Amino acid sequence: MARTLIHMPESARRGEVFEIRALISHVMETGYRPGADGRPVARDIIRTFTCRYNGEIVFGMELHPAVAANPYIAFHTTATESGELEFRWEGDRNFSQSERRTITVSDA
Amino acid sequence: MKFSSTPQSAVTGAAWSSRPTAASSAAAGPAAARRRLLKAGAAAPLLVLLRPADATPESSSAAIAAFTGGAPLQAGRVVFEISRLIDNGNAVPVTVRVQSPMTAADHVSAIAIFNERNPQPEVAAFNLSPRSGKADVSTRIRLATSQKLVAVARMSDGSFWHQTVDVIVTLAACIEGEVS
Repeated sequence: MARTLIHMPESARRGEVFEIRALISHVMETGYRPGADGRPVARDIIRTFTCRYNGEIVFGMELHPAVAANPYIAFHTTATESGELEFRWEGDRNFSQSERRTITVSDA
Repeated sequence: MKFSSTPQSAVTGAAWSSRPTAASSAAAGPAAARRRLLKAGAAAPLLVLLRPADATPESSSAAIAAFTGGAPLQAGRVVFEISRLIDNGNAVPVTVRVQSPMTAADHVSAIAIFNERNPQPEVAAFNLSPRSGKADVSTRIRLATSQKLVAVARMSDGSFWHQTVDVIVTLAACIEGEVS
């Protein structure tokens, strides 16, 4: 399990646009870097990141080797209803990790 | 890591491969063998060129064309925030903002970043929807050298907008195995 850090509000007003910042510890080995034996080290990157809001995909990202190690991703979404946000990272060597956060949405 | 650069390993590699020749010409004396080694050393910089092909302006435009499907790129609406002078290419903060009301009828559906001189032309792609509320994404990227970067936004009406920036990188990412 890689360490993750997710920053988002715990509550929001309906219709409010809020920012989500997600960080995960991962080497993001490019596959272009020579190792100690002079041969390139095999690629090991996170390829996709998705954010689901109560099951519906609200944000997706495709990552390439040019994304820095420990990928930091910041994006926005609209508060529609109280519920759960699921963050999922998937990559090489069957890497897969998901994290959940709840949000309380109030009227007014 | 950075100090065990390839030129050196290429030199040793050349020395090893030239060994049988040096041994067979041992009769010519050690001076000749040394000359051979020196020659092999001089050829080493050429060996260094045999590394994975870099992205080029052509491959970058090909990658952009694959993203746009050949649709014309218009300048404007996209704000690509990145420092113009980058100390460290290993983690460069970038932000892309696109002017859009983000309604169901008119929103940004995707944003992609491309480069010209990293090993691969694609950097990252983001999928957005009207639920994003705001077309504003950030991440941190790697840059192999000073180059041109392009941020392209795909609108829900099928139009494409972009902004191109030129950046100078002093400490490059993934330089190991490269000469320049």
